[in-house]
Amino acid sequence: MRLHDVTVKPFEQIVDEHGPAVLRACRAMLAPADADDTWSETFLAALRAYPRLRPDSNVRAWLLTIAHRKAIDLHRAAARAPVPAAAVPERPATYGIPAEPDTALRDAVRTLPPKQRGAVVYHYLADLPYHEVGKLLGTSEAAARRSAADGIAALRTIYQADHQEAAR
Amino acid sequence: MMTTEPGTGFLASLAAVDDQAFSGLRARLADEAAREGLLDVAYRTIDTPVGELLLAATERGLVRVAYPAENHDAVLSALAGRVSPRILHAPARLDAAARELDEYFARTRHSFGLNLDLQLARGFRLAVLEHLTEIGYGKTASYAAVAAASGSPAAVRAVGTACARNPLPVVIPCHRVVRSDGSIGNYVGGTDAKQVLLDLEAAA
Repeated sequence: MRLHDVTVKPFEQIVDEHGPAVLRACRAMLAPADADDTWSETFLAALRAYPRLRPDSNVRAWLLTIAHRKAIDLHRAAARAPVPAAAVPERPATYGIPAEPDTALRDAVRTLPPKQRGAVVYHYLADLPYHEVGKLLGTSEAAARRSAADGIAALRTIYQADHQEAAR
Repeated sequence: MMTTEPGTGFLASLAAVDDQAFSGLRARLADEAAREGLLDVAYRTIDTPVGELLLAATERGLVRVAYPAENHDAVLSALAGRVSPRILHAPARLDAAARELDEYFARTRHSFGLNLDLQLARGFRLAVLEHLTEIGYGKTASYAAVAAASGSPAAVRAVGTACARNPLPVVIPCHRVVRSDGSIGNYVGGTDAKQVLLDLEAAA
């Protein structure tokens, strides 16, 4: 028996199993171009560290933690260097464009307070259990659960208001 | 999959990730990994007359060719343990190997000019593989003859094992090793595949 025969999955399988969930999380947190860059940087960093990952690690949580830190770095960099807009961008219409029906919902997720946004995105879109969400956000499982509930309530209000408007 | 709990169905639109965008990101990851020196093993598959072959290469060269009978997923898992888990589907590194194998199956190529990484074979098995490359296209040799050429005339069975565990079948021609009585003997890709290769080379 050889100790190094512990089964390690080929990284391609990690991309298969977790790539879509991490991309959903990135896209919910960031603008599209930033989301794709963050996904790529996350998986490249993960590939670099992968041989040293402990076999009992929660891989999904590990990947989302890397993505989370990169997203925070991006937000900080953007805050440090505000780019003056020539004109206030118009809010995209949320009706009459079937291909993009939920731009408002997407925008709403990005404007949630960070803990609520993180809890909603990592639990509902990336399927991470609450105790892992809590660890990732630096809070307890119970607090992560409450943040998610608050976030969902806020989003549902926005979503319903928006859809009633569209129906009129 | 996305978590769905009562009253959260309205989030479904946020869960959409289109396949085309995702495969674009995968290709970008493979490119960037190769550029950063993080792509320890690249792989792809090719269709051939003996079935879908898995091709895998390190930065040094082709490290593995595998038949469907070996189970490609199992082969990749074994590579993760023995070579490195930094494995990605990345066809670019295998362009030359795919092209030369296509030419071989089209009977326009009689020998391979690929860089090979023989790290999966050691000792006597490695010595056997080195002698296999001396059996010319369209020729055959007996297990006993290969044992003698490898310096251990009595190791006929060990030659059989070395052939069965050849990490680079087709490219290192273990299919050209047959029984002394003229029957074709076993093959890692199955005896049908061995017959196809021998017929292909005989017809050229």
